Amino acid sequence: MTLFERLAVALRADEPVALASRLDGPNAGAKLLVDRHGSAGDLGSPGLNYAVAAEARALLEVGRTETRTFGTDGQPIGDDARIFIQSFAPQPDMYIFGAIDFSRAMARMGKYLGYRVTVADARPIFATKARVPDADQIVVAWPDEFLQSARVDARTVVIVLTHDVKFDIPLLQVALRTDAGFIGAMGSRGTHANRIRALREAGITEAQLGRISAPIGLDIGAQTPEETAVSIAAEIIAVRTGRKGGRLRDGSLPVHPQPDEAAGAVR
Amino acid sequence: MLAQNGERGISEVLDTLERWRGEGQRVALATVVGVERSAPRGPGAVMAVNERGDVAGSVSGGCVESAVYIEAQDAIASGRGRLVTYGISEDQALEHGLTCGGTIHVLVERLDW
Repeated sequence: MTLFERLAVALRADEPVALASRLDGPNAGAKLLVDRHGSAGDLGSPGLNYAVAAEARALLEVGRTETRTFGTDGQPIGDDARIFIQSFAPQPDMYIFGAIDFSRAMARMGKYLGYRVTVADARPIFATKARVPDADQIVVAWPDEFLQSARVDARTVVIVLTHDVKFDIPLLQVALRTDAGFIGAMGSRGTHANRIRALREAGITEAQLGRISAPIGLDIGAQTPEETAVSIAAEIIAVRTGRKGGRLRDGSLPVHPQPDEAAGAVR
Repeated sequence: MLAQNGERGISEVLDTLERWRGEGQRVALATVVGVERSAPRGPGAVMAVNERGDVAGSVSGGCVESAVYIEAQDAIASGRGRLVTYGISEDQALEHGLTCGGTIHVLVERLDW
């Protein structure tokens, strides 16, 4: 199997894989592939292969793609070898709670952005493929119980569309115990004020409350489920990149995030 | 498959690459490996070219694709990889400047690995 074939297998299976390319010297273009089976390829020296494989695993953990420099034999200090390490982390998860009309549009938007989308609702008559055709997975379960056992990391997006206190409060309590990168909850300002009160009574700190994006979405005047999904998607991206989310013509930052701009961000 | 910057990288053109290789086409891959200041696409963005001249994917917002296309044809013929820089701050800017004012570094190589 060639390196390309091995890469293709991992990508198709949505398994973590990293590809390192040497950018300079007589070995420019040389490759090292790192997947769950180990590593393959040659960047020029065994020491370099070893060091880059370790670095690739670390980058893969956080889904980052970076250029790193090493000494000839992989010494951490040195700039003899410039290596571009591309991470292919598994699709991040988007968990949507509540199978309502907004969920259908949100699930489609989540797929469009590259998320693995799961919709969970406690009501079997609503949690159906017909209602949310784009979801990868539809789960009939109590939201908090489902999230407790779900895979969550810093790239995970949690969207609470249930706006029913009986579901929302236990669910948000569980969500705030995870390191999910985005936790948003739908509902009016009044609904959210009630939620905040209930969460405070449950012992949630102000810092934790600050992690909740509610009312969810950017202020674009969205009305329809589709427009609302655009507004939520834009907020998810803005939170990830640390941007405010206004109109570009009113801002002064470069249009695209800078290489070091997102470095301090969680993901 | 999302990189931290939202680029899907080679997975975006995987179907096409596999089809071309199945047809016995030689293929060049151009990958954005670095970005300075503001650029339309981030590290990992790829454009693939085959020896017939078909193209898949992109490395910018359409600003430098024609220049990369020529580099790619060259890589297919020679088998030699190159690191190419495009950007407004370079001399070649007049010809291939990015509309956004950034600089991108692109690794162009024959896909023979």
